[in-house]
Amino acid sequence: MSASLKLPIFMDNNSTTRCDPRVVEAMLPFFTENYGNAASRNHSFGWVAEEAVENAREQVGRLIGASGKEIIFTSGATESNNLAIKGVASMYRKKGNHIITTVIEHKAVLDPCKRLERDGFEVTYLPVDKYGQVAPEQVAQAITEKTILVSVMAANNEIGTLQPLAAIGAICKARGVLFHTDAVQAVGKVPVDVEAMGIDLLSLTAHKLYGPKGLGALYVRRKNPRVRLDALMDGGGHERGMRSGTLAVPSIVGLGAACELAGKLRESETQRLLSLRKRLHDGITAELGDVGVNGHPTDRLPGNLNLSFAFVEGEAMMMGIRDVAVSSGSACTSASLEPSYVLRAIGVGDELAHSSIRFGLGRFTTETEIDFVIRQVITAVNHLREMSPLYEMHKQGIDLSTVAWAAH
Amino acid sequence: MAYSEKVLDHYYNPRNVGSFDRADPLVGTGVVGAPECGDVMKLQIRINEHTGLIEDAKFKTFGCGSAIASSSLATEWLKGKSIDEAMDIRNTSIVEELCLPPVKVHCSVLAEDAIKAAIKDYQTKNLGSAAVAETLTVGV
Repeated sequence: MSASLKLPIFMDNNSTTRCDPRVVEAMLPFFTENYGNAASRNHSFGWVAEEAVENAREQVGRLIGASGKEIIFTSGATESNNLAIKGVASMYRKKGNHIITTVIEHKAVLDPCKRLERDGFEVTYLPVDKYGQVAPEQVAQAITEKTILVSVMAANNEIGTLQPLAAIGAICKARGVLFHTDAVQAVGKVPVDVEAMGIDLLSLTAHKLYGPKGLGALYVRRKNPRVRLDALMDGGGHERGMRSGTLAVPSIVGLGAACELAGKLRESETQRLLSLRKRLHDGITAELGDVGVNGHPTDRLPGNLNLSFAFVEGEAMMMGIRDVAVSSGSACTSASLEPSYVLRAIGVGDELAHSSIRFGLGRFTTETEIDFVIRQVITAVNHLREMSPLYEMHKQGIDLSTVAWAAH
Repeated sequence: MAYSEKVLDHYYNPRNVGSFDRADPLVGTGVVGAPECGDVMKLQIRINEHTGLIEDAKFKTFGCGSAIASSSLATEWLKGKSIDEAMDIRNTSIVEELCLPPVKVHCSVLAEDAIKAAIKDYQTKNLGSAAVAETLTVGV
């Protein structure tokens, strides 16, 4: 093993990412030297901060094909999603009370929708196919005269599946319905263009693209159509009145730098990640049978690999590869003690959901790390299958689905 | 969540992994849990026909580290015990020994259920010793 291998290995880049040192460097002067309030209009401290914020706005806009003027800074994607969904619901309530979304959205979209349902809105949760994709025709069919918003994520956080945004955007445009996308996982990883894709509102967050935690943005279209939002918080009227609160200048500078870097590096990074992901997948499946890929084979985030290791439970698997940080769809690893609702939605049986592991490769993942992870995974799965009564039954030719289990 | 030293020890060095012949009249087999719940434990005991004591125990578990540790520990505790003593093993003792957090208590419950299921299987097979030979058919 190469001497450059440092443990533990972070292979959970769909949960968060390491802040790129170049991003940190860009942020630092805004803590200690240029610490002005961007809203201070009458002295140089304020001017310097404001200029940095406006520059970051442009950097963020450029990455998604928007103008800087259309970027609202928030505390993160949860706030961006809440502001987009509740803000539209409240502003356009007279026009209609129907919202369309999908069953595999992040909780930061699903839960605001559920709250709106309690407040008299109607929400359609569209199903997805076995790869996790929603069909644009389904969106078209679900739109009624009362529909004011369609919210479909750009890429799924668990299985990495990409949605046909451009087709959905075109339908929304033709029907005069606003289109929001939670693009946290996609921005900086795959091409996202609000014009080409007909997106009216887009949520993103800095920490998923090698920027700081606690800072996000919401793109709000300014023309064709001009989208209006009711603010969630009242205050100083910052961010065109849509999001009051003193701007977090260092973090905003960080997001801007992260977006600029992502724009420059995306294409080469994609090629590198695809090659590393293939190496990981091939290395594991060369030695282990009964391993399935969850999600779409090609329409997926380049760094995401979600595998189910049949007959092995996910949390036990994570214990077996304890030097490697990954995630699992197993109930045991979730606060709710329910297996992943995303895997359920794509028709992965609960037993395979319990057996799923999400590998999230990123900018700092190395080939040496991949090779180490392959060995760890193979060893852990073999160790656990040796102990698994399900594997034993499988080898005896027993069809597990025909067994009458004493469920507890 | 951090695992206790004892859970880690049982996970990395599980005791008594394996299987006995389910058809053996001296063997009792308990299978509890379900794959869709994320836990399946198979626990087996073998009774010494002269002493009536549990002379050996084996397990196989599909589940988290705490489930594996609970069943591994159970097999250790079962060896040398009488059936009555084995019936007295409580999940709370397993929780205590392995320092299981509340969210993992169900793993210990499953281990207790597996012990009881194995004993019941043995007893059912041996209801009247003459019947032993006829009770060899076992479903899973």
